[in-house]
Amino acid sequence: MMSWLIILPVIFPLCGTFFLYLFRKHNRTVTAVSWAISGFGVIVSSLLMHRVYILGPQAIALGSWPAPFGVVFAADLLSAAMVAVTWLIGLGVVVYAAADLSSNPSYPRFHLLIHFLLTGVNGAFLTGDLFNLYVWFEVMLIASFGLMTLDADTTQIHGSIKYVLLNLISTLTLLLAIGLLYGATGMLNLAGLHSKIHTLSPGFVSLLSGLFLFSFSVKSALFPVFAWLPASYHTLPSSIAALFAGLLTKVGIYAMMRIFTLVLPFEGTIWQTILIVLSGLTMLTGVLGAASRFTIKKILSFHIISQVGYIIIGLALYTRTALAGSILYLIHHIIVKANLFLIGGFLNRKFGSDHLSQMGGVYRSLPLVAVLFLIPAFSLAGFPPLSGFWSKFAVIRASLETGHTILAATALFVGVLTVYSMLKIWNQVFWEAAPSAATSPPSVTFRETALYLVPIGILALITIIIGLFAEPFYQYADRAAVHLLDPVFYVKAVLGER
Amino acid sequence: MHLLLSLITGMLVAAGIYLMLERHLLRILFGFILLSNGINLAILTAGQLSKEALPIIPPGAVTLEGSFANPLSQALILTAIVIGFGVLIFCLSLTYRAVNDSGSADADHMDRSEKGE
Repeated sequence: MMSWLIILPVIFPLCGTFFLYLFRKHNRTVTAVSWAISGFGVIVSSLLMHRVYILGPQAIALGSWPAPFGVVFAADLLSAAMVAVTWLIGLGVVVYAAADLSSNPSYPRFHLLIHFLLTGVNGAFLTGDLFNLYVWFEVMLIASFGLMTLDADTTQIHGSIKYVLLNLISTLTLLLAIGLLYGATGMLNLAGLHSKIHTLSPGFVSLLSGLFLFSFSVKSALFPVFAWLPASYHTLPSSIAALFAGLLTKVGIYAMMRIFTLVLPFEGTIWQTILIVLSGLTMLTGVLGAASRFTIKKILSFHIISQVGYIIIGLALYTRTALAGSILYLIHHIIVKANLFLIGGFLNRKFGSDHLSQMGGVYRSLPLVAVLFLIPAFSLAGFPPLSGFWSKFAVIRASLETGHTILAATALFVGVLTVYSMLKIWNQVFWEAAPSAATSPPSVTFRETALYLVPIGILALITIIIGLFAEPFYQYADRAAVHLLDPVFYVKAVLGER
Repeated sequence: MHLLLSLITGMLVAAGIYLMLERHLLRILFGFILLSNGINLAILTAGQLSKEALPIIPPGAVTLEGSFANPLSQALILTAIVIGFGVLIFCLSLTYRAVNDSGSADADHMDRSEKGE
């Protein structure tokens, strides 16, 4: 009975969207239902994570069709952690949105689409079937299209045209790769494919790896196919931008980790070399883009790209330390990045603009917000003892261990540039005096301020906790990495004793 | 049959990619349609076309006997077609809106989100 736990994080938001649609005329009910679903999601996913940690990977065969014939849902340490973080961010965002978006006419639709999006994201994390993965990607994509055009001003429409078209090309490539893989093996089950892939010719496997790599690179905004991200993310309202920034690219990274460890191990192939080079270039181009932008959201959008590069290093190097660092980085990054967008949104609301030159003096007027900004900003840049330090440390140590000195040097250099662009925000927004000509935007009530700052505060607290008590988190990531590199437990959980 | 379908797939994909390289939004969407149809056809072809019997279990038996055609690739394509259709409708309405807003269907003119600071 407890194996139903695996599917609850997906079923619950899906059912929730139905209720959210029914109550779409009543803002308060919508808020309550949405909060309740997200709260439940946090509880269920924490239980799932606990269970997977104690008992090892879990699987459930839907419709009682045994694997590898039916669709399987499976949770291992990595996917359970991802689901838990997803719900954490989801809860944070729906609470934040009650202050940020509640005056918008599209407010009920926002909650509906958010839960639809969370359904897709959690489905992608938990499915053990390749074609099902494609379907969840589409669910996620359609929901994100809806969220992206929620207010539909011209800027958003122009941004979403790029987002929509590039992501569609990526999804079509994914579909093609899945179709070819199915044609060659007659199987879609990830665990089943693990043992069947050796029967294929190396050339064909290499072709498939290339297709998957291209598709997931677009999704996770790797160099040189990240153009959709800086074109679209900054046009979104902060609540949506935070959720997208935290989750969407990370689903691509997760899928890459899953496919390239379980189905198509790429160690020693040309694709590994390519991925190592790409990770370095992604870090560099992302941070250079960030250094040349002057609105908070644009700076943060480019930082997503640069941080994705760091996470990909771990996968590309393909050692235990590297993967563990990469998983820790993934978790840390989702929390920190979403939090920075949330803070940016609050400042945007305070000043009526998010251009750096329109803001100032926050350190004097709102010292609490300044502290709350410093925590994720320093964590992003990798200052000890915050969460970013440990994940960066693990990733860079792994690249030195495997003799990739240039990669390690690039990572350190990018870290310096990250500090530079964070200081740019800090100096302009927090330190310098407020521009005198600033028109005063509508004031924020106390209740709204609380709704803004509680999610921000909790996410910042988690960043500190991961930083100060890094050992258990690293142990978890390490075990997850071991399970990824040698997926016997995953395969056993899905296919049973064989 | 395999050869013919492979050739058609190749043509559809080539035409699709050619159209997607255009700047006119509607042509890009036509390219998307051709590309997705080409890929669906590729899945059908890769899923081993055969002239074997229908995969229907005879009354009284519990499993299929002898050789039979593979129905799963058709089920996969059906899903992909339905999804592709929905996405296409969304894209068309997005295009309509974008063209209305900017008075041009040239993708190069849709740069409001990337302009200036």
